[in-house]
Amino acid sequence: MLGMNGKDTTLFIVVCLMVLLAPILLNPFPTGSAFAQFNAGYPALLQRFVIFGILVIGFNILFGLTGYLSFGHAAFLGVGSFAAVWMFKLLSYNIVPAIVLSVIVAGLFSVVIGYVSLRRSGIYFSILTLAFAQMMYSIAYSDLVGKVIGTPITNGETGLQVYNDDPQILLGDGPKTPHLFGLEMNSSFTWDVGGWSFVFQNGYYLAGILMIASFYLAIRIFRSPFGLVLRSIKSNQNRLNYTGISTRPYMLTAFVISGMYAGLAGGLLAAMDPLTGAERMFWTASGEIVIMSILGGVGTLIGPILGAGVIKYMENIVSTINDNVVHGWVAFMPDGLENFFVAIIHPFIGKGWHLTLGLVFMAVVIFLPGGLVELGQRIGAKFRRKKSPESAATSAEKGTV
Amino acid sequence: MSNSNFSRRGVLKTGAIASAGLAVPTYLRADGHTGFTNAPADGGAVKFGFNVPQTGPYAEEGLDELRAQELAVEHLNGIGDGGLLNTFSEKNLDGTGILGHKVEFVTGDTQTKSDVARASAQSMIQKDGCIMINGGSSSGVAVAVQGLCQDAGVIFMAGLTHSNDTTGKDKKANGFRHFFNGYMSGAALGPVLEAEYGNERNAYHLTADYTWGWTQQESIQASTEALGWTTNQNVLTPVGAGDFSSYIAPVLNSGADTLILNHYGGDMVNSLTQAVQFGLKDKQVNGKDFTIIVPLYSELMAAGAGSNIQGVFGSMNWNWQLQDEGTKAFVKSFGEKFGFPPSGAAHTCYVQTLLYADAVTRAGTFNPCGVAEALEDFDFDGMGNGPTSYRGADHQCFKDVLVMKGTDNPTNQFDTLEIVEVTPRAQVEYEPDHPMFAGGDLGECNPGA
Repeated sequence: MLGMNGKDTTLFIVVCLMVLLAPILLNPFPTGSAFAQFNAGYPALLQRFVIFGILVIGFNILFGLTGYLSFGHAAFLGVGSFAAVWMFKLLSYNIVPAIVLSVIVAGLFSVVIGYVSLRRSGIYFSILTLAFAQMMYSIAYSDLVGKVIGTPITNGETGLQVYNDDPQILLGDGPKTPHLFGLEMNSSFTWDVGGWSFVFQNGYYLAGILMIASFYLAIRIFRSPFGLVLRSIKSNQNRLNYTGISTRPYMLTAFVISGMYAGLAGGLLAAMDPLTGAERMFWTASGEIVIMSILGGVGTLIGPILGAGVIKYMENIVSTINDNVVHGWVAFMPDGLENFFVAIIHPFIGKGWHLTLGLVFMAVVIFLPGGLVELGQRIGAKFRRKKSPESAATSAEKGTV
Repeated sequence: MSNSNFSRRGVLKTGAIASAGLAVPTYLRADGHTGFTNAPADGGAVKFGFNVPQTGPYAEEGLDELRAQELAVEHLNGIGDGGLLNTFSEKNLDGTGILGHKVEFVTGDTQTKSDVARASAQSMIQKDGCIMINGGSSSGVAVAVQGLCQDAGVIFMAGLTHSNDTTGKDKKANGFRHFFNGYMSGAALGPVLEAEYGNERNAYHLTADYTWGWTQQESIQASTEALGWTTNQNVLTPVGAGDFSSYIAPVLNSGADTLILNHYGGDMVNSLTQAVQFGLKDKQVNGKDFTIIVPLYSELMAAGAGSNIQGVFGSMNWNWQLQDEGTKAFVKSFGEKFGFPPSGAAHTCYVQTLLYADAVTRAGTFNPCGVAEALEDFDFDGMGNGPTSYRGADHQCFKDVLVMKGTDNPTNQFDTLEIVEVTPRAQVEYEPDHPMFAGGDLGECNPGA
């Protein structure tokens, strides 16, 4: 379907369904129940799932296919967000110009940074991208551009937001919140069924549809002759050079595509929440993208998206579990045991979510080098293996009879 | 591309799926109106969101805020001794929750980052159904979360935020600030500094590079220059820098005789400690003893900086050593529960929670517009700051400001700061359109939904 082979089509349809039904699937526990804490089906988090999904899909085109580890990808996300917020400030809250400009600006930045960084490979490439990203972070954080021009451009640590006295020349009577030709991003429909309440939000679906489109594009790139060249760069760049293929244009194209994906993600972040700051470009944000990819499974289509989901889930859900909540869960235990249990769990929840994430990451890297995708494959294989001896046995029985 | 085999069936199938996908958001319109965001169910609990930094440079303040907020919820629900409810000039709260609703709370970690703080606040509003967001340290975060609460239609009771902008150019109709601000610090410190250090000083500013640092520096510079002081230089430093030695070394040869540290939290502890290690306090410049001033103090910073703060001047919103009834009641119930005196940040967050609860009771509704109306131009007393009022024009509280000094000979571990002067409210007041606060727009109150 749509130029994809059978297996990819199945995967694509599964992703589509997951994105469309996420507000229901990720809200398994009734509101008000003790486990409602674990629900992730609220719009702000769902948006992050799909937006960071777009970001890592793009990152995977570079890192997964060519093996070039960019350690400064958050910079493109950041410039995308700044471009989008500036469009809100200057034109209106319509997200179309904002998102288009954020992709273009991120593309331009990635052409320049990629042109310079791609002259080196391996660790030197990573360090160059990291250096560029940190430079851009510092420029944005201290608002050096703004200080030269004389008006805030990135507004430093405070971050850039839209004020009532901004020009917004196309605003007119339009909505005072990001919208797509009048369809407001933050308006939603709530569906109450039994104890559940499912929220379907416009902004989430817009970001979700863009993620599906990005995913489709990524599948096509993975399966294209261009994708094949990128893979061969990963396996042996020298041999490719000796064969007479100049690899640099291919590399630069992959880098720019992946930068534009990041720009799209940045633009969408601003479209969902019209404020941005330099902290989005900090090197830890870039590191997080790498961790998302590795956690999920580098080079696989679905892996990085899963990784992004797991990390955003931990950041937003595990960090909000506090001692009181745990006390609520284990209230059935005798007091001494209850306190003991809470004391054991305490370091891993709330502000300790980084520790939990670190342990999960270590476990994945040590036991599942292929990431969560490998976990899925192994479980799948287990079931198949169980089945096959049985069928062998039955056939053997048949044979004897 | 390789295999572009569009079959009729394929195109139809994809078309159907795509159009169904596109149709979903248009079909699902905004739901019926409940009047305002997260209205509590009849007889159900009402939820507050306590959004504070639990990690990062301001984590100490954040964790202390959390303790105070927990205490406030206990008092609202009738657990414990009632604390400030007994001394508060309004007697609407009786320990049975708010308007018959039991009070619950959820917590979140802002990490002192705007993006994380907004994500956490969104989760509180969308997932947990919070009706009010309270707390926070750092003005950058407060400004960001205040904007979010305005859009979402919930009340934001700002915690520790000292920037002029929070109730200046970034003020919002749904946001309220009990804490004082940079301008008030400058106005209160001015006369004390004049009496102590005279009119001929040359000041060198190290300033945290964000909205709070900028506006506090501007305020202090204005009030010291009014005394006749000169400003040597203003150097901006990144938040959470950790090591300030490269910023402090140039001070030695700058010819300045006063160092003003516009830093807060862990940053202030580091920069002050390093300044003392560089021997600045024992130096003589222009025939005068070198002086360090920290315009915004907190007990937690004082404890962190240890003996380095001895003799250093600063200002505070409130201190546990005050001797009025409100302060005594609060220090008693906080001290009994946690074993040490509360910080100024804890006091502000505690008071903000009670003020919100009281405003709801007086308004008779949780609707943010009703609550905002009840808080605007509201005069009260008995909360430890003396007679206080919430100005309607910019949602800033006006009250006395404390000028503090690091205790020269501390007698115990909590005896770190002493009150030099309680600056009367009239001296720190300003017009809403004062140039340092101009340019903002309160906008309309937003009930959401």
